[in-house]
Amino acid sequence: MKTFEKSNSFYKVFERKGGPAKEATHYCPGCGHGNVHKMIAESLEELDLTKRSVFVSPVGCSVFGYYYFDCGNFQAAHGRAPAVGTAVKRTNPDAIVISYQGDGDLAAIGTAETIHAANRGENITVFFVNNAIYGMTGGQMAPTTMIGQRSATTPLGRKEDIHGNPIRMCEMLATLPAPTYIERVAIGNSKHIMKARKAIKKALRIQAEGKGYSFVEIVSACPTGWKMDPVAARDWLIDDMLKVFPLGVFKDESDNQDEDAWKRHFEAFDKAKVDVYLDRMKSAVGDIEPTVLPGDLNCKFAGFGGQGILTLGLFLSQIGMRGGHHVSWFPAYGPEMRGGTANCSVNLSSDRIGTPLVDHPNVLVVMNQPSLDMFEKDVVDGGTIIIDSTVVEGNADAKRLNVVAIPASDIADEVGTPKVANVVILGALVAATDAFTPEFCESTLRAIIKKKSLIDMNMEAFRRGYDFVKKA
Amino acid sequence: MTEKTALDVPFMEVNPELCKGCQLCLAVCPKSVIAISDKLNSASYHPAFYTGADCTGCGLCFYACPEPGAIRVIKP
Repeated sequence: MKTFEKSNSFYKVFERKGGPAKEATHYCPGCGHGNVHKMIAESLEELDLTKRSVFVSPVGCSVFGYYYFDCGNFQAAHGRAPAVGTAVKRTNPDAIVISYQGDGDLAAIGTAETIHAANRGENITVFFVNNAIYGMTGGQMAPTTMIGQRSATTPLGRKEDIHGNPIRMCEMLATLPAPTYIERVAIGNSKHIMKARKAIKKALRIQAEGKGYSFVEIVSACPTGWKMDPVAARDWLIDDMLKVFPLGVFKDESDNQDEDAWKRHFEAFDKAKVDVYLDRMKSAVGDIEPTVLPGDLNCKFAGFGGQGILTLGLFLSQIGMRGGHHVSWFPAYGPEMRGGTANCSVNLSSDRIGTPLVDHPNVLVVMNQPSLDMFEKDVVDGGTIIIDSTVVEGNADAKRLNVVAIPASDIADEVGTPKVANVVILGALVAATDAFTPEFCESTLRAIIKKKSLIDMNMEAFRRGYDFVKKA
Repeated sequence: MTEKTALDVPFMEVNPELCKGCQLCLAVCPKSVIAISDKLNSASYHPAFYTGADCTGCGLCFYACPEPGAIRVIKP
């Protein structure tokens, strides 16, 4: 007995849709997305891949994929599904990663991600639903809109000399050496649909066998966007769209029997190798020596570009890393390498950090006047503010805050160069907060300062800043 | 519904609440055994229904239908 019915790879009930029909999709009558969903679900079930699968939903009508597929689900920012899929695949090599995208998502805003994921031959499967229009946003022109086709933004029809030609993604991607399998199919007549089923299943099988990047474009109807009834839409698809988007296999190297050809897909995504890389980054700050923080540090460092504000933040973060703490460093700066304004937010915590942003610092460093004016009010009551008094003329509210005014640039100049003013400040900060011992900071700085000839000068700068505060 | 499987003939069935009345199943049915109801379902669509005889169980309507759960076809 043969039964054609709803695949078990779907959820039994689709929570998205309220009302009486809780098992119905949110798609319009006659929309091709439902057909493609059914074929993917059926293939996953037949290949026994459902429980290993991660479905990456795009932005567009199919944004709610996670309400339908009973597998792992992500929802990516617009156009970024192949990049998100790359991360999922590389960190979970056993996952079957499905990047499901429409024409606006894949061929407009996400063109770069699409091309580069294909060019890297990521071992993921991309399903590209091409309906020649922006459906969700109300029927605007898409990159794949046909010449002469009317849309909300081409009311007189798309014109080659004004809007360019419909983009053929299969043909473009097939020029790249890395992809394994590229085919265009359609949700047209029954013959087309049966071919589409085969292609979708084949693409998933190729991924499961570790054979690299597979891409299936599905030409599909959007009756609502095209302003046609569903049957007329499917006829238009067959009669007109397939002339511009011919069906067929554009690339297929999946029959290559040479196992070496597929090896890189396993080796490149090896978790152990990523761990080695991360360990190397960790060892750059020296071996972890757990320290105790007196409390979380939420710091804002601000000044002119070129004063070493961002580097100050990096140094403190690296000292925190070596102390075994959770750290974040978040820079904000203008396009100027020198002379513009710059600030960074640094968090050091014994607990996980939710956001790298610091709106209300408990430690503020200001190395120019505008930064004092801008950020002083944001510091929490009882917080510490460290001012380079060589550069900043004003002073902070000492009743509310613990104010440390240190002529850091003058001290740095005495040490040898005003460029180490940031390290003088670092010494003052460590002294004012008692976050670390000076010896711990000095040994970390020795490990992370790349130019060894500058180490002594930095050591002196740090110690002068530290002593200035401790002896005050 | 399921007692029909006891009959030794193929049949298709439509869940009238999930059908959106797009009529794509009518368009692909080689035997023209699907029709559209005069009645509205609770989502205000005229759902398709099986006229009751001559279904071959080919499944083409199932794949033409965009709704995952609207059509079921049994071929004994």
